[in-house]
Amino acid sequence: MAFTATLESSGHAAKITLTGELDASSAQIFKEEIEKAAVTKPKHLVLMLQELDYMASAGLRVLIFAKQKMGVDVDIYVVGAQEMILETLEKTGFIQGVIAVDDYDSIEVENV
Amino acid sequence: MERIDIHPTHKHGDFKLRVGRPMPFGASLVPGGVNFSVFSSYATSCTLVLFKRHAKEPIAEIPFPDEFRIGNVFTMTVFEIDYENIEYGYRMDGPFNPQEGHYFDKNKILLDPYAKIIGGRDVWGVTPDWNDIYQHRSRISFDDFDWENDRPLEIPPEDQVIYEMHVRSFTRHPSSGVKHPGTFAAIREKISYFKELGVNAIELMPIYEFDEFEHSRPSPITGELLVNYWGYSTVGFFAPKAGYAATGKLGMQVDEVKALVKELHKNGLEVILDVVFNHTAEGDQRGPTISFRGLDNKTYYMLTPEGYYFNFSGCGNTLNCNNPIVRNIVLDCLRYWASEYHIDGFRFDLAAILGRDAWGYPLSNPPLLETLAFDPILAKCKLIAEAWDAGGLYQVGSFPAYGRWAEWNGKYRDNIRKFLKGDGTVGDAAQCLQGSPNLYAHQGRGPATSINFITAHDGFTLADMVSYNDKHNEANGENNNDGCNDNDSWNCGAEGWTDDSGINALRSRQMRNAIAMLMVSQGVPMILMGDEVGRSQNGNNNTYCHDNELNWLDWDLLKTNASLFRFVKNSIAFRNAHPVLRNKYHFQNRDYVGSGYADITWHGTQAWNADWSPSCRTIAFMLCGQHAKAGSVEDNYIYVAINMHWEAQWFEIPGLPEQLRWHISTNTGCASPEDIWEPGTEPKLENQHGILLGDRSIVILVGK
Repeated sequence: MAFTATLESSGHAAKITLTGELDASSAQIFKEEIEKAAVTKPKHLVLMLQELDYMASAGLRVLIFAKQKMGVDVDIYVVGAQEMILETLEKTGFIQGVIAVDDYDSIEVENV
Repeated sequence: MERIDIHPTHKHGDFKLRVGRPMPFGASLVPGGVNFSVFSSYATSCTLVLFKRHAKEPIAEIPFPDEFRIGNVFTMTVFEIDYENIEYGYRMDGPFNPQEGHYFDKNKILLDPYAKIIGGRDVWGVTPDWNDIYQHRSRISFDDFDWENDRPLEIPPEDQVIYEMHVRSFTRHPSSGVKHPGTFAAIREKISYFKELGVNAIELMPIYEFDEFEHSRPSPITGELLVNYWGYSTVGFFAPKAGYAATGKLGMQVDEVKALVKELHKNGLEVILDVVFNHTAEGDQRGPTISFRGLDNKTYYMLTPEGYYFNFSGCGNTLNCNNPIVRNIVLDCLRYWASEYHIDGFRFDLAAILGRDAWGYPLSNPPLLETLAFDPILAKCKLIAEAWDAGGLYQVGSFPAYGRWAEWNGKYRDNIRKFLKGDGTVGDAAQCLQGSPNLYAHQGRGPATSINFITAHDGFTLADMVSYNDKHNEANGENNNDGCNDNDSWNCGAEGWTDDSGINALRSRQMRNAIAMLMVSQGVPMILMGDEVGRSQNGNNNTYCHDNELNWLDWDLLKTNASLFRFVKNSIAFRNAHPVLRNKYHFQNRDYVGSGYADITWHGTQAWNADWSPSCRTIAFMLCGQHAKAGSVEDNYIYVAINMHWEAQWFEIPGLPEQLRWHISTNTGCASPEDIWEPGTEPKLENQHGILLGDRSIVILVGK
C-alpha cells in the first residue's frame, strides 16, 4: 500500500495521518509534513497511525526529527498504532519520547 | 548551486559514482549517497557487492576504478542508493599463497570490518542458510539516536560495584517474566533489580556480533545443540549482536542498545563492555573466511614464518594488535562505542595479547596499550585488562598500565578462595583486603587498579565453588578436558547437591563469607550474575556452549534463596554506605589526620596483635573512619574479624574513642536475618570488648 501523510491543523494541535508503509523511500514525505506542521507552532503533534502498516528505522528517525524540530515542550501523541509498530517503539525505547494512546480525545488535546 | 563534491563523475550501470573519501573507513552517509572505504595492503583490485536486504543474489557488483584507490585504500561514493535496505560486501582480488600469508579469493564476499550493523544472524538461534553466498552482511547505520542529555556517568572507579552478566542468560529463563526474553530490551525491564541489589555498573559479556553457530554441534550426551553461547569470538567489532536484540529482525539493534544504555544511565548504572580483540571468528587456516583473512590476512593476523597462525588466544588465530593498521581499528572501534553508544568502560579479554609484537613477544612499551591509555575520547572510560593470555603471559601486577589500566585481579581470586577454604595465608589475604598494594602500590597505582572478584563467567559460580571439589564439564562434550583445573574450591563435605543440613549450612556460610570479604576489600568488587541468589551450573566451570538452564538465571531463586539475596544486597549497601571501604589511595599504616588511630590497623584473636604465621586462620582489621578518602570525608570506624578456622574463636575487639560504641553489622555465623543488618539499623554490641566468632565465619562491626 502506498504511503501517504496528510496534515491538518486543529486548535493547538497539528495532526498528521499516516497510511501504508513508512520506510526509507517514504520517510521524506513524512518529514516534509513535519516541517510544514512545525511552521504552525503547535502545542501538540498528533500522529494518527491506525492505517500505518509498517515502520522501518527511517520512520523512527523522523520521529526523532519531529521531537527535535518541534522542541521538548511539544507533546507528540501516537494514536492507535498497530501492535508491531507499538512494539518497535517499545523495544527501541522510543515509546518514552511520545504519548502512545489508543484513541484520540480531540477536545482534550486540541484545546489545551 | 550544486556542490561539486557531490557531483557524480562515473557510472556503473544505473549507479552514479565518484571517488570517495578514504576516511573514515567503512560505509558513511554523505550528501546524496554512501561513501565506502576499505583498506588492503596487498589486494590488486576490489569490487563493491550490493544486495537488497536478505536477497540471495547481489543486485550489483561495482569494481573500484583504478583511480578510486588512494594508497592502500579503495574508496568510492555511490549516489542515490537505498541505504536502509542495502547490504554490502567486498570482493578482493590478489595472491592466494598461504605460505606468504595471503588468502585472497575474489569468489568470496567479505564483511566490512567497520560494518556498524551486521545482518545474517538477525534472530538468535535461527539456523542459517548454509548455501547463502554471503553469511554475515554489512549494513549501513545512522548515528542520530536521540540521547537527550545523556552522557557517561564517570563514577569514580573506587566507588564502583560491577555486576558481570550475559545479555541472553539474564532474562532468557521463563521465570524472568519479561516481554522479550534474552534481549537488550529485556534488560531495561530489570533495571529496578540492579538498583535493589545496589550495583552501579553492569559488565556485559561480549555483545559484538558473533556467530552462535560457530563450531555448533550436538551434545554427545543429550543430543541438544551446543553453540557458541558466550560469544568470545568476534565477527564484527562495530556491530551489536543482532540476535540479542528484540528488534534484530528489523535491523534496529543499534537503537535498542542505545535505549538500554540511556535508561541505565538515567538510573545511575554504568555500562562496561567485555571486548575481544585478541582473535576473531575466522579461526586458523581451517576456519571460515569472513572479513580480515580475505581483506589483508598478513596485516591483521600474527603469522609464523611459514604462514601459519600464531595461537596465543587458544582460539586458532591472534589479531596482530600492535600493527599500526590493527591498532587503528581497535582505537576506532572503542572510540565509536564510547562516543556513539556512550559506553562507560571496557574489559579486554586476554589483554596480555594486546601487548605482544607481531611475532608474539611481549613489548616493554606496547603502542596499543599506550595509545588507548592516552586517547582523548577514551579519557574517562574505564579500561580493564584481563592481564593474561592463553599463550602463558601472566601480567597481573605488571600489566603496562600508563596510569590508566585496571586489572582483573586473578591473584585476589586465588588468594581469597584459598583463605576461604583454609588453605591460604593471612598475609596473602591481608594484601587482598587492602587492594593488593603488594602488586600495585610501588608503581603508584591505586586500589581501584584491582578489580576484585572471587567468581566470574570463567570458572565455578559461587554456589558451585562451595559445592564441588572438581569440575564436571561432561555436558560440553570434551571428555571433561576443558575448563580450569585449579579452582581452589571446596565442596564442604559432599560432591554436588546434598540433603545434609550441616553441609548446606556450611556452604551457605561460605558464600556469605566470600561476599563479605569481597565487599570490605579495597578496590573494585565484581560479582557474577546470579551469585547473589546462589545460581549453580551443576559443577560445570566452563559453560561456554550451553544455551540452556546451565547458563540462564532462574529468577525463582530470588524466592528460594531470599536470605542470600538479602545478605548480598545489604553487604553492597554496607560498602556503599562507608567511604572508608572505597579509598582512592592505598593505606599508609599511620595516623595522618590526628585521630589517634592509623588508617588501618591489624588485629588477631588478641586486639593489636595479629598472628601472621603461615598456619594461622584468623585475622582482623580496623579502619579508622576519619581517614576515609584520605581524610576528606568522615566515616564510621569499621572492624572486620575473619575466622577461617574450623573451630569457634574468641576475638578481643580494639577500643574506640570514648564517645563511640561498636555495633554489629554482619555475623555470618548467625542465621538469617541476624546474619546482616541494614545500614543504620545495626544493634549495639553487648560486650564492647570481645565477640565469639563461630567456625568459618566473619563479623563486621561499625564504630559509631
